[in-house]
Amino acid sequence: MSRISQRFAELKKHDRAAFVPFITAGDPNFDTGLALLEALPQAGADLIELGIPFSDPMADGPVNQASYLRALEAGMTLVKVLELVRRFRKNDKATPLVLMGSYNPIHAFGTARFARDAAEAGVDGLLIVDLPPEEDEVLRVPAALHGLDVVRFVTPTSDAKRLRTILEGASGYLYYVSMAGITGTRGVQAAEVDDQMARLKGRTALPVTVGFGIKTPEQAADIARIADGVVVGSAIVERISANRTLKRTQMVAEVIRFCGEMAKATHDAREGGSF
Amino acid sequence: MSVPPNSYRNGPDIRGHFGGYGGRFVAETLMPLVLDLERAYAAAKDDPAFQGELASMLRDYVGRESPLYAAERLTAHLGGAKIYLKREDLNHTGAHKINNCLGQILLARRMGKTRIIAETGAGQHGVATATVAARYGLPCIVYMGEVDIERQKPNVFRMKLLGAEVRPVTSGSRTLKDAMNEALRDWVANVHDTFYIIGSAAGPHPYPAMVRDFQTVIGHETRAQMLEKEKRLPDLVVACVGGGSNAIGMFHPFLDDPEVAIHGVEASGDGLETARHAATLTKGSPGVLHGARSYLLQDRDGQIQEAHSISAGLDYPGVGPEHAWLKDQGRVQYFSASDKDALEAFMLLSKLEGIIPALESAHAVAHVMRTAPQMAKDKLIAICLSGRGDKDVFSVANALGERI
Repeated sequence: MSRISQRFAELKKHDRAAFVPFITAGDPNFDTGLALLEALPQAGADLIELGIPFSDPMADGPVNQASYLRALEAGMTLVKVLELVRRFRKNDKATPLVLMGSYNPIHAFGTARFARDAAEAGVDGLLIVDLPPEEDEVLRVPAALHGLDVVRFVTPTSDAKRLRTILEGASGYLYYVSMAGITGTRGVQAAEVDDQMARLKGRTALPVTVGFGIKTPEQAADIARIADGVVVGSAIVERISANRTLKRTQMVAEVIRFCGEMAKATHDAREGGSF
Repeated sequence: MSVPPNSYRNGPDIRGHFGGYGGRFVAETLMPLVLDLERAYAAAKDDPAFQGELASMLRDYVGRESPLYAAERLTAHLGGAKIYLKREDLNHTGAHKINNCLGQILLARRMGKTRIIAETGAGQHGVATATVAARYGLPCIVYMGEVDIERQKPNVFRMKLLGAEVRPVTSGSRTLKDAMNEALRDWVANVHDTFYIIGSAAGPHPYPAMVRDFQTVIGHETRAQMLEKEKRLPDLVVACVGGGSNAIGMFHPFLDDPEVAIHGVEASGDGLETARHAATLTKGSPGVLHGARSYLLQDRDGQIQEAHSISAGLDYPGVGPEHAWLKDQGRVQYFSASDKDALEAFMLLSKLEGIIPALESAHAVAHVMRTAPQMAKDKLIAICLSGRGDKDVFSVANALGERI
């Protein structure tokens, strides 16, 4: 069983939603990025999404764009992203880690070589925002060969027919984009998400995480009651940005404190609740 | 190279691929829209009512057909092949861009979309989009890089006069690629009512094919006009290539005429040997940006590099996927002209023919200044003069160190 399936199975046993933090690999630099990454599981991360820095991210809002640029300016490359994962894996064999980003850096690296190297480094899944099912075969095939899940997106614009296309060949889990838009802009609307979850759950056994616009513990709790995982990205990245002039340990402590609050809200949401 | 295809004009395939290029590399949120657009365009394309309305607007609103003009003094000056200019500069709004905007806004109306967005580099596409949006009474937002806003002030004001909102883009290099990123972000956030009018033969399928189709009016007219004037096809067809919409529109009707040589001209900015150029096909490598696989200016790690050209319309680190395919097939040859070459051509055409070309188009003229003298006098060249240069007088004055 993959680390991803295993983790979701454990959480299900405890009737808990997964807390899924997103940070950009190497933001604001390699060493601080590693310290943040290593601290996330203790703060309650059940699965980690690690962003691949890219110069022209189409699906991201200004907060994540800025974090990619900080990482790039600090010299991050895809090779170094994998190095970061390798270093993380030395001390953590359990927490699933998914790389998220745009396709071009992977295309430049070479998809087959990338799938092999990523699996070797300890990556569990890939979440590539500009590879819809129509185009993802080029990555899905080598990924499958090396035991990597290619996670697919479901969005508010996915109708029944589209859902069929998405679900065919999906693996690991599904990422439900809570709103039509870019990362980190509007706040999430739990009621809207609820309807979509009901629709999705009838059609797939894959766990469904929800992301885009989850910024507060209250929002995290609302989503944790209706989905299998709560993805928090821009709200964390914002704190990395705001505290980046602090000393490394202080900065990491600030960011991790916020992650801890979000994790707690996520994990406690269902206790005595509607589930 | 393998055996050439039976026709160079059959692309793209059903998935929007020209060989290994093109495709639909967009966020899942956009996929249903892109598929919708593809269906709607396929239906419109075969609908005589749609084509009839487009043809009548092209005639009465744009002023087509545009003349094919024999540039006698330029021909005499260069002393070689006879040079014709396809006068897209005489279109309403001053460039070829309106051909495509008109087609797309008619499609937007057909699809019931009520809000128009666009990206622009030189501002020509922004002006053309603002124009058709005004004509059809739809609100219009144009994304434009801050750097381009600075160097294309007259066009920014024109867009405002036409009722469009020009949104400055401050991310990245603050030029065309960033404007396109921003327009895509707007689209993804406003999927229910918004139509994105892409100005170049780039972006996800069906845009490259659709923009090409709307622009092939240039090549079809040129072909017919040349046959009428000279009783034969030209020996060489030339156009500038940024994203490549005027070029693909000019080239496409000639692709299956083996006797016609076809040259695309990219911007080499400060020079191909420097880092400051926009010669994507000449110096770039295949990658994925803005919804399609094509040639890109990128570093080893797949990070997009900034393009540079004196002409804002060519200042783009990507290129339409059909050009990438045509380059690999060897059917079209791609050359480049520098800022300096383009300025020289800009001034030469102004003085010899009384035609101030757009700096973009001046790159095509610059290439002909090198090629025509090598060709016999009975040879024929057709240049796509894609736009007029009124918008560029400030940047040219600046480059020449003159104050207006």
